[in-house]
Amino acid sequence: MGMTMSEKILARHAGVPAVKAGDILTCQVDVAACHDMFFTVAGQIDFEKVNKIADPDKCVVLLDHAVPAPTAKDAHGAVKARAFVKKHGIKNFYDVGEHGVIHQLLVEKGFAAPGRLIAAGDSHTCAAGAMNAAARGFGPAEMMYVWCKGETWYQVSPTILYRLHGKFASQAVTGKDLFLYIAGVYGDATNMNVEFGGEGVGNMTIPQRQSVATMCAEINAEFAIFPCDDLLRDFLKERGDQTIDAVDPDPDAVYHDVRDIDLGKLTPYVALPHYIPKNCCPVTDVEGTEIHQVLVGSCSNGRLEDIALAASIVKGKRVAKNVRFIVTPASQKVYLEALKAGYLETLVEAGAVVTNATCGACYGGHMGLLGPGERCLSTTTRNFKARMGDVDSEVLLCAPATAAASALTGKITDPREFLGG
Amino acid sequence: MKIKGRVWVFGDEINTDLIFPHSAFRVSPEEQIKLVFSDNRPGWSSLVEKGDILIAGKNFGTGSSRPGAVLLRRLGLACMVADSINGLFYRNSISYGFPALQCPGVSSMFEEGDMAEIDMLEGTVTNLRTGETLKGSGLSQSMADIIAAGGIEELLIKEGYMDK
Ligand code: SF4
Repeated sequence: MGMTMSEKILARHAGVPAVKAGDILTCQVDVAACHDMFFTVAGQIDFEKVNKIADPDKCVVLLDHAVPAPTAKDAHGAVKARAFVKKHGIKNFYDVGEHGVIHQLLVEKGFAAPGRLIAAGDSHTCAAGAMNAAARGFGPAEMMYVWCKGETWYQVSPTILYRLHGKFASQAVTGKDLFLYIAGVYGDATNMNVEFGGEGVGNMTIPQRQSVATMCAEINAEFAIFPCDDLLRDFLKERGDQTIDAVDPDPDAVYHDVRDIDLGKLTPYVALPHYIPKNCCPVTDVEGTEIHQVLVGSCSNGRLEDIALAASIVKGKRVAKNVRFIVTPASQKVYLEALKAGYLETLVEAGAVVTNATCGACYGGHMGLLGPGERCLSTTTRNFKARMGDVDSEVLLCAPATAAASALTGKITDPREFLGG
Repeated sequence: MKIKGRVWVFGDEINTDLIFPHSAFRVSPEEQIKLVFSDNRPGWSSLVEKGDILIAGKNFGTGSSRPGAVLLRRLGLACMVADSINGLFYRNSISYGFPALQCPGVSSMFEEGDMAEIDMLEGTVTNLRTGETLKGSGLSQSMADIIAAGGIEELLIKEGYMDK
């Protein structure tokens, strides 16, 4: 019986020839990463009492949610993080100045790579699946377990295969729209893996795949994995990877369901408040809805091409008076590249606020929270009640083109009017 | 692992940000538990009594890696059952020694205040008022062992990775 990509990676890391859905395995983990909230939030795990970790070189620690520290508590968390990496000899530490949102940094720094089994203390860890890795989030206690023992348990889940065909019909339609369409039409994938295939994958940029894989956390997917194709191989070579240990699905792999999607038929999509599965619609259904803030950023859509697209839409125009347009790059690297390319200048000239690279307002942390009665159209990952501020605020989710076009008009707007298609 | 208790009923898509809101990030563990469900059900945390059971609908615990399970345990809840549970929340519930069970259909079987009897290993849930019973997916023995040990931190202490 053939195996899916998820099954092959789990089998490889459990040291067994084959696995199937339902099996419970103990697997060696390749990379285990935690961000600042692991150290800042009390009552999660007594990390100061840990005296031995398995392999410091497999550990990554970084600051992303609250950088530079917006509160003294956050600053204290960072102090503890620095002490922890020093005590345990963890060299892969990314402090303020080298920082970036965890899922972007794991890709930029080469930790997320094909065939790897990756653990991180954050729910959107499935993002690394865009690199052909099996990655999932763990809570703080289990992250500590992985750091101490180098391994943990996995249950092999059934897999849904999305076969993608064709290519996006407009520049205004991107990976986030594909995800919101999937979540809106098919709903959740709770206790399932999601894998992507079909020739349409080759027509999606790497950042678009990262956006989709990231967002699969919102349909409760376990792993979300893209195949390793020529485009990814080129990306990895440019990154400097010496070896590429990709996994392909077997032709006779067993899937829970196979679903075909024609990328060419997709249109800009929006998720309504306060959850995503079966709660999304074409942007045309909510066009004209008044908004108070627009946010482009996060591990879903804070990458260079997202910022470039937003800049191209607002170039030479002005953000509407009733709207705050906030742009938060996903990492220092993205920030610098956007700066050099002139995108940040274009955005600021149009009236946008460009912030430091951070999780920022995405999790309701800092730099762009909402007051009562306010509505934000955002490219971030979550639209939960009170996620971005006041309990009486609302978040709708979209792709960068829809966000930028809506920033210009001050209401939810179909970006195709601005980009054609 | 058999548990009997009074039931609280919640709906679908109860996410981690409701269980463990951002407002609980920078306060003490004692303060954290008062904030559970403060955005969707203000005042609820003070009504919970030791041994109560939480019943919910689809995708309970969807969202973040923040360990909502540990707050529910510290609040005094004995266990929870939902139609379906997010995989990360489920792992957290095991890691933090808080029994959780997936049992499709359970949310429509209870009214708030009913008494429930749950067998965590068998995966059976009974409404003691109506007599109705449903069977979900019980805990595996290895997961039940982690819970019985008091969660992962206790295991790491026992194995010498952490000081007491
Ligand atoms: S950008 Fe948002 S979703 Fe991504 S890791 Fe940060 S808080 Fe989480």
